[in-house]
Amino acid sequence: MKRLLSGNEAVARAAWEAGAKVGSGYPGTPSTEIMEAFAPYPDVYAEWAPNEKVGLDVAVGATYAGQRAFATMKHVGLNVASDAFFAVAMTGIEAGLVIISADDPSMHSSQNEQDNRQFAKFARVPCLDPTDSQDAHDLTLAAFDLSEQFDTPVLLRLTTRVCHTSSPVELGEQREQRPEPGKYPRNLTKYCMVPANAKKRHPAIEERVARIAAFAETFAGNRIEWRSSDLGIITGGVAYNYAREVFPEASVLKLGMVYPLPRKLIGDFAARVQKVIVLEELDPFIEDQIRLMGIALYRPQEIMPEPPYPVTKQIFPIAGELDPAVVRQSGRQAGLLPASENDGLALSTSGLPIRPPVLCPGCPHRSSFYVLHKLGVPVNGDIGCYTLGMVQPLDALHTVGCMGASVGVAHGAAVAGDKERHVAVIGDSTFFHSAIPALINVAYNRSNVITIIMDNRVTGMTGHQDNPGTGRTLQHKETREIEIEPLVRALGFDKVVTVPAYAVAAIEKTLKEWMKSDEPAVLITREECALLPSARTRWLPLEVVNDKCNGCTLCFRVGCPAILQSEQLDPKTNRPLALIDPLLCTGCEICAQVCPRDAILFRNQVQGKTTLQEATS
Amino acid sequence: MRPEGINFALVGVGGQGTILASDVLAELGLRLGFDVKKAEVHGMSQRGGSVTSHLRWGAQVFSPIIPRGEADVLIAFEKLEAARFVDILKPGGLALVNDYAIEPLSVLTTGVPYPGDEVLRERLAQVTPHAYWVKGIEIAETLGNARTANMVLLGALSGLLDLDESHWDAVLEQRVPARFLDLNRQAFHAGREAVAAAV
Repeated sequence: MKRLLSGNEAVARAAWEAGAKVGSGYPGTPSTEIMEAFAPYPDVYAEWAPNEKVGLDVAVGATYAGQRAFATMKHVGLNVASDAFFAVAMTGIEAGLVIISADDPSMHSSQNEQDNRQFAKFARVPCLDPTDSQDAHDLTLAAFDLSEQFDTPVLLRLTTRVCHTSSPVELGEQREQRPEPGKYPRNLTKYCMVPANAKKRHPAIEERVARIAAFAETFAGNRIEWRSSDLGIITGGVAYNYAREVFPEASVLKLGMVYPLPRKLIGDFAARVQKVIVLEELDPFIEDQIRLMGIALYRPQEIMPEPPYPVTKQIFPIAGELDPAVVRQSGRQAGLLPASENDGLALSTSGLPIRPPVLCPGCPHRSSFYVLHKLGVPVNGDIGCYTLGMVQPLDALHTVGCMGASVGVAHGAAVAGDKERHVAVIGDSTFFHSAIPALINVAYNRSNVITIIMDNRVTGMTGHQDNPGTGRTLQHKETREIEIEPLVRALGFDKVVTVPAYAVAAIEKTLKEWMKSDEPAVLITREECALLPSARTRWLPLEVVNDKCNGCTLCFRVGCPAILQSEQLDPKTNRPLALIDPLLCTGCEICAQVCPRDAILFRNQVQGKTTLQEATS
Repeated sequence: MRPEGINFALVGVGGQGTILASDVLAELGLRLGFDVKKAEVHGMSQRGGSVTSHLRWGAQVFSPIIPRGEADVLIAFEKLEAARFVDILKPGGLALVNDYAIEPLSVLTTGVPYPGDEVLRERLAQVTPHAYWVKGIEIAETLGNARTANMVLLGALSGLLDLDESHWDAVLEQRVPARFLDLNRQAFHAGREAVAAAV
């Protein structure tokens, strides 16, 4: 049976077919849909963990207990989970364990484009790197087997174009019947990594990698496609697609396992073609290993008279995702393809207004950023939709680094003696993810950082996942809702205030009041994300009263996509009046609160007007 | 006669909901016996930014991404985005443009104006004479729900591609929830009629 599945859906399906019992993860583009797709399968346990480290510890715990398990995360999530990753690389497992890292070349929705294949080598863990949905399905199945065969966790490394591309997949019909786990193991030399035991484990892990490398010589996921002997391409992951599309005549060695590498297979392949290149996205990861084997890669001598390092990254870019156009152009410059005059017509987009992402109409984060911009204080931001508080005209952020960084970075500025008062801004899900230790630090070491927790009742950017604050699980079942206020008080804060997120004046008043004292404080702004189905039912477009608007542009400063310049000009000032797009406006009233001339009707005024019209018509 | 393959580029503004349209095209490709790849981008760019999806039909499709100059069909859900991405089209390819503007915030913050229709049309004309403009939102609103504009555009596309209409209907039945099917069918047919007048 063939079905159209995204790479993420294919991985979830294969995990089910492999008999995986437990999946735990934290949402992060482009990985999120794996756990969402896994959760509805029968006889599985799936959860959102508060962060990736917890998620991986849970998966490790499940495999120690004899059940196949996996953890999902985006690439930077593995930074958070790396302690657990290195730990389980040492201990090995009782049942198959797959760690799924979804990398984001070109940073479609990320702060960096780190290449997590490097983590595999760092921790001596095998890494599988699929090409499309079918491959993702097949390599997920292989990963669970490999894990058990060699008593190792396996890193399944995906990339955005694998995760979010759908293609037909031949599914397995059944779920593998797994043996009933035995008694929980008490094997201290293997599972208690105190120095005496760890010293013995380390050589065993090096030896394990050598055995996996030998296995890789005949691993079905590594295969040679012989075509012309003129050019041989060694490739893996999504880049295989570009090798096939741009160099249809070339012979290809497709590496489903990119660490450790099969030395003999690669040597034989290289010996049978005239020119060998490596085609891989991001780092020269395969290339490094191949050059250490002493295999010479092709270089165009006229461009590169001396062998440079890295060779193929002089041909293909090291930054950004590849695509057929990039690969073709690079191939031409390196003399691998004939020159062509027909490279498609490139039109400059200069002169067209840009359209970067913005906070949505009705976004409850907008009011805080409007106030922060007005106050002109340094704001340390965090990862989530509210990162968009940096965009003009709100223009309210000074730093954005990584999950949970806002609070620690603000504290650092405060204790360094920065003269300005620092505000840290973080969302509800990111608060639960990694801000709690940082807030403890602020309270314990008494800096004057003001933290705003923007609680929009959901994990927004990744597409509305539940979190510990929503009171619902991954399966949307009711659970204990973790209340932020008592938690923050328990961390050591006396000043804890909650305001409705749309209440511009209340936010401003509270912050100004706190600026007068030198104490740490936490402001919680609360309102549902305007895109949640429950919030959509309350959407009501507001209206501008043209007689009152004089085109002062104050409402433009809230940076709402629903507020436009009208073609109508104010007769006195000759400035365009404000206009509200009724298809976009949700009726959050932030603009109406900001307008000094009462020229934007509030919801009750709009409703009153409608009622009046209905009554008189 | 069946083409060897078709590359569709779908462009618009994040949040416009182009997903149903690309899902329908993917299913249609499979039904016609093609290999299919459908590539989308999720996450931050979905927050009101420019978005592009790629949908490829072929005997064997490798790359999920359509290179510049290789799309056969451009479906633009917003007209500025049509102009922005038009060079993804093959010269002489088919451009289907929703005659609808969503002003980006940068118009207010940078002062770069939203281009007039003549500028947009001229840009499209640099790549292809085959540009069709459909008032997707207006037609959908007349039928009672602006959200079916995507279906109006798909209907228009069906009028421009030489494929048996029964395939389209079967896929709509498969992809659209039953309670919305009638409305979506109406929108589809209205789009087909709208473009028939223009062809």
